Amino acid sequence: MQVEVVSPERITFSGEASMVVVRTVGGGDLAFQSRHQPFIGVLQISQAKILNDDGGELFAVHSGFVQCHGDKVTILSDVSEAKDDIDVDRAKAALGRAEDALRADDADEIMVAAKRRAETRLRVAGATTEAAV
Amino acid sequence: MPGAKERELRRRIGSVQSTKKITRAMELIAATRVVKAMQRANEAKPYAAQVTGVIENLAAGGASVDHPLLREVDEAKRVGIIAITSDRGLAGAYNASVIRAAERQLDAARTAGADYALILIGKKAIDYFTFRHYEIAAQYTGMSDTPTYENAREVADNIVTQFTAGDLDRVELVYTEFVTMGTQRVTVRRYLPLESTSTIAEGGSAEAGSLAQFEFEPSPGGVLESLLPRYMESRLYSAMLEAAASEHANRQRAMKAATDNAEDLITKLSREMNQARQASITTEIMEIVGGAEAMGSGDDSAIINVLENMEGATA
Repeated sequence: MQVEVVSPERITFSGEASMVVVRTVGGGDLAFQSRHQPFIGVLQISQAKILNDDGGELFAVHSGFVQCHGDKVTILSDVSEAKDDIDVDRAKAALGRAEDALRADDADEIMVAAKRRAETRLRVAGATTEAAV
Repeated sequence: MPGAKERELRRRIGSVQSTKKITRAMELIAATRVVKAMQRANEAKPYAAQVTGVIENLAAGGASVDHPLLREVDEAKRVGIIAITSDRGLAGAYNASVIRAAERQLDAARTAGADYALILIGKKAIDYFTFRHYEIAAQYTGMSDTPTYENAREVADNIVTQFTAGDLDRVELVYTEFVTMGTQRVTVRRYLPLESTSTIAEGGSAEAGSLAQFEFEPSPGGVLESLLPRYMESRLYSAMLEAAASEHANRQRAMKAATDNAEDLITKLSREMNQARQASITTEIMEIVGGAEAMGSGDDSAIINVLENMEGATA
């Protein structure tokens, strides 16, 4: 099965995989394997996991879409970052800021999203104790 | 001793030569920038194609076409005009042609009795329209040289918000399309309202096209809801990237022409200078000969003597 992770500025990942796991706005994880039914879904800010013969790749995907068609899964995302692209210190700082802001006002949607982005980044970078998937 | 004219020409040649050095340097810089800009434009293509592809599949899947961005108005009351120019000049007719096309759109809107809203990217357009006391709705600088997706999103979000709120009824996008290295064309495109999803789909890469039965999450309408704003951003982003590549290509051409002109000018001035020098030498010889003749008694030896001495002195 062919997988592509595409962001507006470039293609982040392109290759063969046996399974792709993403999280859609519905809140649940979805796994695609070869010959999945054609599917288009809206993604949340979360990680996307691509499993292939040499293990797997993990990406932080900041909202976007997933399309499965034929034997090809495409993840379209405004921002998609591989583990090496993530600046852990910056993500930690962003998480701190978001948590501070949320203590003052826990209904601030922008900050909720910022917190989730930072958490996703840290998970993908392997900087938290929480399991990646 | 060089004459006044000769000295003046020598000074001008010097100044043209240093100008030539600058234009040559700018030409080389622009040449590398074009290559980079073209590469960026190419790297942005897969995303744009994929987004169009998803819309295509949505249309095939029968997604509802009722979306604020598709709202078509019979008579536009306020027309938005986006003009993408550069921050810096020295790029030939690049900025002037975009500005002219934008002004034509503006005049057309006014003739039709509509109000206008200028959304200007690049200092050149801002300067032009400010100087002529046009009302500018939004202006952006510092992004036309190497636009990022964030830049495109900032501008697109602003426009989409205004359009959704009903402040704008139609938006035209004026930019320079990068056709090839040698050809760039000023293009006016309808930015909003969007054509119906099926029309967008027709223009797509037609990778899907089959009548596959798609599943949607949350729903076809829901996917479209979050997809269309991305589509707007991606369209503006590719326009900005093409404009940037065109800017650098135009600057390279303009600077090459300037360098060539400087070379021609240097050749012309050098000839003039040599002529002036020749003339002054001839005059000097004539004077000497005249003087020697006046002193001598018709004997040529005196003149030959003087000339031989002079040759030794100038050699």
